[in-house]
Amino acid sequence: MSTATTAQQSPPAEKKSGRGTLYRGKEGMWSWVGHRITGVVIFLFLLVHVLDTALVRVSPEAYDAVIGTYKNWYMALGESGLVAAVIYHAFNGIRIVLVDFWKKGTKYHKQMLWAVMILWVVVFGAFFVRHMMLVLGG
Amino acid sequence: MSAQQLNIAAPRSGDIDPKYLRQSASSSSNREMFKWLFMRISGPILLVLIFVHLFSNLMVGDGVHGLNFGLVAGKWASPLWQIWDLTMLWLAMIHGTIGVGTIIDDYTSKDRTRVGFKVALYLASVAIIVLGTLVIFTFEPCMTDAAGNLMDNSPSFCFNQ
Repeated sequence: MSTATTAQQSPPAEKKSGRGTLYRGKEGMWSWVGHRITGVVIFLFLLVHVLDTALVRVSPEAYDAVIGTYKNWYMALGESGLVAAVIYHAFNGIRIVLVDFWKKGTKYHKQMLWAVMILWVVVFGAFFVRHMMLVLGG
Repeated sequence: MSAQQLNIAAPRSGDIDPKYLRQSASSSSNREMFKWLFMRISGPILLVLIFVHLFSNLMVGDGVHGLNFGLVAGKWASPLWQIWDLTMLWLAMIHGTIGVGTIIDDYTSKDRTRVGFKVALYLASVAIIVLGTLVIFTFEPCMTDAAGNLMDNSPSFCFNQ
């Protein structure tokens, strides 16, 4: 099954390694690598996150005790890393949808990756500043 | 270029030698297409659901310091947040299970390894979806102890009833 179907022309037959072809080592490949890694990280967190939220059925004390361990600067850095992954996966996912469904998607897939990166810096930057101020200030 | 007819087969368009297929082409291709489509429909919906979830829980008010049992109880007192979180749970878990399943398919070459990882993945996913759904629907914000008194950490609206 194909994910991140970034259509490319076939590489010249003589390049057996694939290095330096239109796909390998270029935007299409690295955005795909990033999408996989962030996806797995988010999925693993999601499993844990449902379990910690399920503690509301145990007792208010149990839930508050576990959530309390999130409220310090090193966990805040971890949360920020997770949110960084979520934002990349979200925006690059939209880019994949556009590559697949928009007529000019394959033509502009590189420009769209730059848009993803710029949006990522803006949105994550805003989140990070606000989140760290709340954590350190509280 | 335009004068010449480029005749390059589209990848995985059905003309794959059957010996490379894990099951018959017709039974697998519908499911693969459904998974491909599900990812692209659920993805943008999840973007909205999760961005609002993160914003409302971490960016407003006291942020992470405001997270406690009372906040969850207050949110789930509203059917909107119950449906919001339920939709998020189901879509995210199915989206994640399809995604991780694809990665397992890509990196396991032996059938036994692949089936083992897939069974573990599906069991974990079903368990988490069932658990999360039960938590949302059976949640009781105003818990009482054995004597029937409200627990100390109960949200303030419980004491006003």
